[in-house]
Amino acid sequence: MPPEPTDSLRPGATALGASEGTPLHRVRALLQGFGPLLGLIVLCIAGTALNGDFATLDNVMNVLTRTAFIGIIAVGMCFVIISGGIDLSVGSMAALIAGVMILLMNRLAPSLSSPTSVIALGIGFALLLGALFGLVHGLLIARGGIEPFIVTLGTLGIFRAYLTYFADGGAITLDSDLSDAYGPVYYASFLLPVPVWVFLAVALGGALILNRTAYGRYVQAIGSNEQVARYAAVDVNRIKVLTYMLLGVCVGIATVLYVPRLGSSSPTTGLLWELEAIAAVIVGGTALKGGSGTITGTVVGAILLSVISNILNLTSVISVYLNSAVQGFVIIAVAFMQRRRKGAS
Amino acid sequence: MKPMFRRLALGLSAMAALLTASSALAQDKQVNLGVAIPTATHGFTGGIVWWANEAKKELEKQHPGLKITVKTAANASEQANQLQDLLTVNKINTLVVFPFESAALTRPVAQVKGKGVYVTVVDRGLTDANAQDAYVAGDNTAFGRIPAEYLVKRLNGKGNIVALRGIATTIDNERMDAFKAVLKNHPDIKLLDARYANWNRDDAFKVMQDYLTRFKQIDAVWAADDDMAVGVLKAIEQSKRTDIQEVFGGAGSKGMVKAILEGKNKLVQADVSYSPKFIYDAIKLTAEARLKGEALPPKTIIPSVLITKENAQQFYFPNSPF
Repeated sequence: MPPEPTDSLRPGATALGASEGTPLHRVRALLQGFGPLLGLIVLCIAGTALNGDFATLDNVMNVLTRTAFIGIIAVGMCFVIISGGIDLSVGSMAALIAGVMILLMNRLAPSLSSPTSVIALGIGFALLLGALFGLVHGLLIARGGIEPFIVTLGTLGIFRAYLTYFADGGAITLDSDLSDAYGPVYYASFLLPVPVWVFLAVALGGALILNRTAYGRYVQAIGSNEQVARYAAVDVNRIKVLTYMLLGVCVGIATVLYVPRLGSSSPTTGLLWELEAIAAVIVGGTALKGGSGTITGTVVGAILLSVISNILNLTSVISVYLNSAVQGFVIIAVAFMQRRRKGAS
Repeated sequence: MKPMFRRLALGLSAMAALLTASSALAQDKQVNLGVAIPTATHGFTGGIVWWANEAKKELEKQHPGLKITVKTAANASEQANQLQDLLTVNKINTLVVFPFESAALTRPVAQVKGKGVYVTVVDRGLTDANAQDAYVAGDNTAFGRIPAEYLVKRLNGKGNIVALRGIATTIDNERMDAFKAVLKNHPDIKLLDARYANWNRDDAFKVMQDYLTRFKQIDAVWAADDDMAVGVLKAIEQSKRTDIQEVFGGAGSKGMVKAILEGKNKLVQADVSYSPKFIYDAIKLTAEARLKGEALPPKTIIPSVLITKENAQQFYFPNSPF
């Protein structure tokens, strides 16, 4: 008796779902895809309503420029997360690269006459060091078979401890002449500030690599099912190592932009950047368990996070004690808007 | 677990007591001093570590009967473990501790004191003053009062001030309250806003950028920390704003004191001292009193002083990391 009504009901129910659900479903899928963008637009309207100066060009440039560091790191992080990994060390890594890079440039300054060549060497060194750190992570994870969470948790401590050691607990500061010569890399502006251009370039490059290259497709394949990827003759280990190296280079690029801002690195540099970068990726719609994600979403996610703290600084509506709570609420709300995408795919 | 642990600790401490007693008989007036401080994660704590090691170097040379062991901890529970090690392994009879957290370290310190160790607590106080023999600290009220008085004078009693705060802690509240208390008597000085920038240069840079967007006229900034002042100065420099007359940091880092000495940056004219050197003073005072077999006064406040071009030389320590 009991199966009968369910059986007779089921076709009707599916038919109903199919006839009314398809356009609805499409709208919802669209909404979910645009979740972070929608969130950003809502926040921007709120920001303008709360303080008219929010929408000024200067403020928009400030926000975009300060997003550049986290945004660039988040693009690299997006690859790692799509491949099913994670990197907790990026903040410490950025701080250490910044510190070592400054030490190197200060040492080179007396022997090389032009500050430009010192800075060029410093930049090259930072990118190389980032790639090297990424390589170490990748090898330990792919060949060593250690969980990425554990490897990068270990290096998180190692990188910061070495920075503290090199800095003698204080700050490592760039030579003032070099600082003047290097300053434009952060402060100069050609229509847009330099860091924003770099951010754009990295994001575009990231999107191209992810969507238009075999490597990008392998990254997604590994993230959705590593075993299947292996059977499909994907060189999983090599792809994984490359993914961590790509993130390392992104951290290097972010550091190259960061150093001219304050010209120094101290043990508090880059604290919690890893969480901001991961939050940007997740808010941008990438699944933490890997497999799928977009660079556009990540960029929007990173901007969204900086806009929240910018709005909080521009208004006094909310107690300063609650700033982090507001950020937490918005992150959860945006993630909620697109929760079904992961289940559907 | 717990009773066994307690028995073990008891046994160990009994052994330690025996050992210290016998060594005390052999050479009297030996001071075996342990120093427990937070590890260097910020310019200020970097300075604390440097000054503690400086004290060890100088004082051990001056006093042959003195042995100093310095331990740094990354968090409260690590520090509690180190206190046990200092007692059982290093067999200290005197302790100078800069507690990582007031509440969490109160019982561990009380335990050490209970074993007959003379305890001097530095800066962050304990929640129960019975756990200590002496307390040495910087003057947080003056840290907030002095910049307020200075800025009122500098602005001739009229103008707009923005402030940056550290991390939400009792020390930060104490400083902020002292700052506001002075401004209360000067109704023409307006405190536009006070935001947390976590004693961090990057955060201070962002907060200041947003202040500059939000307020069209700012006469002075109380950055409340020299690290934060660095970020504030960069943000002002970038915005090319000329309305700001003064950026007041705090703590007397060597970079800021140097800037005051050289007088190159017209925004930086003064600072207030809150030097990590107080750990040096605390170790020195404690060691010397104990060598003579005396006790320290229960409370010693290392005064915070206004640093200007005239007296800056006294506060300039070029070798310190802070």
